[in-house]
Amino acid sequence: MQKPVTLTTTRKKINLPIDKLLPFLIPIIVILLWQVSSTLGWLSSSVLPSPIAVLQDGIELTQSGELPKNLSISLYRATAGLIIGGSVGFILGFVNGMSNTFRLLFDSSIQMFRNIPHLALIPLIILWLGINESAKISLVAIGTMFPVYINTFHGIRSVDPDLIEMGESYELSKHQMFFKIIFPAALPQILVGIRYALGVMWTTLIVAETISASSGIGYMANNAEDFVDMETVVLCIVIYAVLGKISDLVAKSFESLLLDWQNTGRSNA
Amino acid sequence: MNNSMITIKNVNKTYENLTALHDVSLDIKQGEFIALVGMSGGGKSTLLRLIAGLEKPTSGSVQINSTDTKSLIQVMFQEDRLLPWMSVLDNLSFGSKDKNTKAHAKELLDLVELGDYADHFPNQLSGGQKQRVALARALMSHPKILLLDEPLGALDALTRRKMQDLILDICQKQNLTTILVTHDVEEAARMADRIVVMKDSTNSYEETCPKNRNAGQIGIVADRVLGEILEEPEVQQQTA
Ligand SMILES: Nc1ncnc2c1ncn2[C@@H]1O[C@H](COP(=O)(O)OP(=O)(O)O)[C@@H](O)[C@H]1O
Ligand SMILES: [Mg+2]
Repeated sequence: MQKPVTLTTTRKKINLPIDKLLPFLIPIIVILLWQVSSTLGWLSSSVLPSPIAVLQDGIELTQSGELPKNLSISLYRATAGLIIGGSVGFILGFVNGMSNTFRLLFDSSIQMFRNIPHLALIPLIILWLGINESAKISLVAIGTMFPVYINTFHGIRSVDPDLIEMGESYELSKHQMFFKIIFPAALPQILVGIRYALGVMWTTLIVAETISASSGIGYMANNAEDFVDMETVVLCIVIYAVLGKISDLVAKSFESLLLDWQNTGRSNA
Repeated sequence: MNNSMITIKNVNKTYENLTALHDVSLDIKQGEFIALVGMSGGGKSTLLRLIAGLEKPTSGSVQINSTDTKSLIQVMFQEDRLLPWMSVLDNLSFGSKDKNTKAHAKELLDLVELGDYADHFPNQLSGGQKQRVALARALMSHPKILLLDEPLGALDALTRRKMQDLILDICQKQNLTTILVTHDVEEAARMADRIVVMKDSTNSYEETCPKNRNAGQIGIVADRVLGEILEEPEVQQQTA
C-alpha cells in the first residue's frame, strides 16, 4: 500500500562550494588585515608580529626539531590523561548508574570533589609528584574524569524505562540488556561528556605546562615569554586553536559515526 | 469453560492505599477478541499487566490455560518501544536466537505492509508505520495471546482505521486471543467480539457484539457502551 518515499531529501544537503567556503571567510580577512597592518607598520612587531613572521618562526622551530618534540610530548600527556580520566569517569558513571548501592555510596562524595576546581590542585600535585610526567597526566585525568562521569551516569539513569521493560519482557540477560539497550541509549550523552572532556583536557594541560614543565607547548610559550620571543608566543596560541578545533572535529566525526541512526531522521514531526 | 484461554478469578490489585482493581473475574475464550473500555484510571492497563505477568495480583488468580509457556503472550503499547539505534529488521529479530529469524521478520514486515522498510531506522518512519513495526515485532514469537494497550491512541483517524482492519485481519488469520484496551467505544464496537467496561476498578458491564455488524449496529453498540461508561454510580446502584 505504501511505497518508500525518498526520505533523505527532507534534509537539505549543503554542497554548494560557497557554503563550504563561507566559514573560512572571516579568518582569512582577519589574517590579511593583520598582515597588511604589519607590513605598513601600523602594527608594531613588539605588540603583534606579522602572520608571515609567525609562520617563519614555526618553520624554523619545526626544522630545529623543537616544535615536533614539544608538540608530541603535549599530545602524549593529553591523550594519556584523557584515557585514564575518561576510563575512570566511565567506570564510575557505569557502576553508579547501574547500581543503587554504589550510587548511594559514591555519588555524593564524587559531587563534592567535583566542586573543587581541578586547577586549584596544581600546587598540591606539584608537591606530591614534582614536575614530572605523572603530575601533568594526573591533572588532565582529574579534569577529564568529571564530565565523562556525570554524562555517563546521567545517560544510564535516564534510559527510557519503557525500553528496559521491553528488554525484560524479552528476557534479555544482564549482559544483553546493557549492550543492546542501556549502552546505546546512553551513548549520545556519554559522547557529550567526551566532547566536553576534550575541551577540559587542553585547558588543563596548557595551564599545567605553563606553570610547571620543561617541555610541551605550554612550556614553549612560557619560555618564549622569558626571551620576549613574540613570534613563538603567538605561534603557540595558534597551535592551541588548531588543536582545539581538531579535537572538536574528531569528536564530531565519532558522534556521526556512532550515532548514525540519529542523523537519518526525517524532520522531527 | 471448555476452551477458555484466560481465567481471571476474584483479582484485586492495590498500590499502597490505592485500589487499582477490585474483585475482577473474567473468562476469555481461545480466539476471542475482547475490548476493554472505560475512563482513564479505571484499571485497564493494570489488568493487562497482570495478564502479561508483568505484575502479580494482590489477591485472586490469573490463569493462562495453555500448554505452551514460552513467549505465549505479547504486549503492544501506545508508545512503539522500538530501539531507535536498530534498523526495523533488527528491532524485530534482536530478541531471538533462531537461525530463521531474519526470514520470519521479513515475512511479518510484508504482512504489515512494510516490506520495503527493513533497513530504515525507526525515526525515519511515521507514527502509524512505527506501530505496524511494533505489531510485527509482537508477532515474532508466534504468540497465542496479544495484549494491546491503546496501541492506536496516538494515530490520526485515517491511519487508525487502517490499523484496525490490519489488526483484525491478523488476529483472525492467526487465531489469536486478543485483548484491546481503548478509550474509543467506536473502535471497540467495530473490532471486538465482546466489550468489557472497566469502571471503578472493576468490570462493571459487558456486551457481546453481533457478528458481521454494519455501521448502524456499530453505532448502537458504541452508544450503549458509552452510556454505561458515563453513567453515575448512584444511578447504577438503583437500577442494579
Ligand atoms: N505502578 C503503579 N503504582 C501506583 N499506582 C498505580 C500504578 N499503576 C497504576 N496505578 C494506579 O492504578 C489506577 C489504575 O491505573 P491504570 O490501570 O493505568 O488505568 P487505565 O489504564 O484504565 O487508565 C490509577 O489510579 C493509577 O494511578
Ligand atoms: Mg492505561
